[in-house]
Amino acid sequence: MSGLRRFLPGRSWLGAYAAIYVGFLYLPVIFLPIFSVNTAATPKFPLSGYTLKWYEQLPHTPALLDAAWNSLIVGISASVLATTLGILAARAITRYRFPGRRSINGLIMAPLVLPEIIVAISMLLVMLQLGLSLSLFTVVLGHVLICIPYSMTVLISGFEGFDRSLEEASADLGESAFGTFRRVTLPMVMPAIISSLLVSFTISLDEFIIAFFLTGTEATLPIYIWGQLRFAAKLPGVLALGTLLLVLSFVMLSIAEILRRRAARRTSNEGGLYA
Amino acid sequence: MGWQHGRQVQAGDCIRTRSPSRGFAVTAAVEDSPRLGSKRARRDVLLQSEAVQGLGLISPTFLYAVVFLLAPIIVVIAHSFWTQHYLTIDRTFTLENYRIALTEPIYRDLLWRSLYISLTVSFLTVVFAYPIAYFISFHGGRHKGLWLFLITIPFWTSYLLRVMAWKVILGYNGVLNSGLMGLGIIDEPSTALLYNSSAVIITLTHAWAAFAILPIFVSLEKADRTLVEAATDLGDGPLRSFLRVTLPLSIPGVIAALLIVMIPTVGDYVTPKLVGGKDGVMIANAIQVQFGKAANWPLGAALSVTTMVIVTMMALASVFIIRSAARMAR
Repeated sequence: MSGLRRFLPGRSWLGAYAAIYVGFLYLPVIFLPIFSVNTAATPKFPLSGYTLKWYEQLPHTPALLDAAWNSLIVGISASVLATTLGILAARAITRYRFPGRRSINGLIMAPLVLPEIIVAISMLLVMLQLGLSLSLFTVVLGHVLICIPYSMTVLISGFEGFDRSLEEASADLGESAFGTFRRVTLPMVMPAIISSLLVSFTISLDEFIIAFFLTGTEATLPIYIWGQLRFAAKLPGVLALGTLLLVLSFVMLSIAEILRRRAARRTSNEGGLYA
Repeated sequence: MGWQHGRQVQAGDCIRTRSPSRGFAVTAAVEDSPRLGSKRARRDVLLQSEAVQGLGLISPTFLYAVVFLLAPIIVVIAHSFWTQHYLTIDRTFTLENYRIALTEPIYRDLLWRSLYISLTVSFLTVVFAYPIAYFISFHGGRHKGLWLFLITIPFWTSYLLRVMAWKVILGYNGVLNSGLMGLGIIDEPSTALLYNSSAVIITLTHAWAAFAILPIFVSLEKADRTLVEAATDLGDGPLRSFLRVTLPLSIPGVIAALLIVMIPTVGDYVTPKLVGGKDGVMIANAIQVQFGKAANWPLGAALSVTTMVIVTMMALASVFIIRSAARMAR
């Protein structure tokens, strides 16, 4: 046994492993910004020189601007709808006990573990059967479905441990139902709601498969990128666009996480997407 | 002994009298009492209204999931038993699509490869993820939140872009090849890195890492630390106490991680398409073709259903094996 002990993952070994692992996680992500400011059209070492020309070309590409606009519309619609449906369900799950609670929750959370292609083709079949023409609207319907589980995770962590007695105290002190909602309930859950909106928007912004199957002629940003990937010469532009999206996702999710923590602190509760 | 017995009885009595849901005998005895009866009725109404309120509140989200997830999946299953003649669907029951899906060499090979890739990826992600989840949970200290945030950030970047980044790394003119040539380790670019199932496995293992770390971390956080201390106090070495206490306690997290990686990866479309080449094509690519160019929805539906059924069986078998192994380790 004492011989084995030497090979046990001690604190320092584990720490080193953790550092290497995080390095591995960031490895591909780091190359996007590096090659997006490189003069050469093919991404390889050694780097040939610094340039911002790939970024300068982006605003002069009409197809890209259309795709960005479409993504914005889809993202906002999907995140608002998913968060609204998420609020209702999260409130029901955290506040009430009712028959079938677990199985209903299971169905709502199912898109989290289903392969996206299954979700995509089954929705496609139904849309075609119903005679709905494929458009950004059908993409929104699909994105709402896959955003709800994430939205619920964030919202439940914000709603759980929500102290009902605060609302009761407010009512007892003479506040109207609306006043209680506006001045007590809303401030406590608002960070979680905004966090859910940001997370849903980010997922919709990055989602490819469902948009690929459910859109008609209009492209979202990932579909635009997918189209560009066929042309080797377009790669630096895609890398520049990818870098911008990376920064955008990072900023939004940092805000979302800070807000979620604030919400969890207000209701003195831990958990959520990262814990 | 007698004293102990007496104390147990006393404790039992105490629980029986305090418990709000008394034995049936007690309830039956007071059934006739009108005052208590009405109280209970009122409580029933209250419970019922709570159930009604809860169901009412969740129903829009539930209906959404029924209309856009459950119903469509049923439609897919129905289609898998039908046939298609150009643009019309023949609704007579047939198992022909399943026969094709299971016996045609091309689909059989794709299915096997997809299962092999998803099984490999899910085990690799869990094995690589466990130490880091353990490190954060046991040695993360004040920085647990920061570590988790660091790990989740790359996962939140676009999936498409991450796969593309791997293409940039592994490609013929890619980072790895040019780097290795620059260092003088190889003379000409290696073609073995990209466009095969290993490239798919590397990319997927990277892409799903966060999904494996989080459930394992959560289960380790829930594990009672005093049990580990107790094992150490009772003379178990670090390895034994880990194998017999910590690891079994974290098994639910390991299983969750395995499932949450295995099931979605079997149907991955983007990774095989971008880095898989001819040897890395997976079943999702065949499904897409049936819904696109080939326009044979029933066959596409049958391929989807077959994949889901087999991956579910594989997942259940894995869960069973892990549970038995954990029981043996104890």
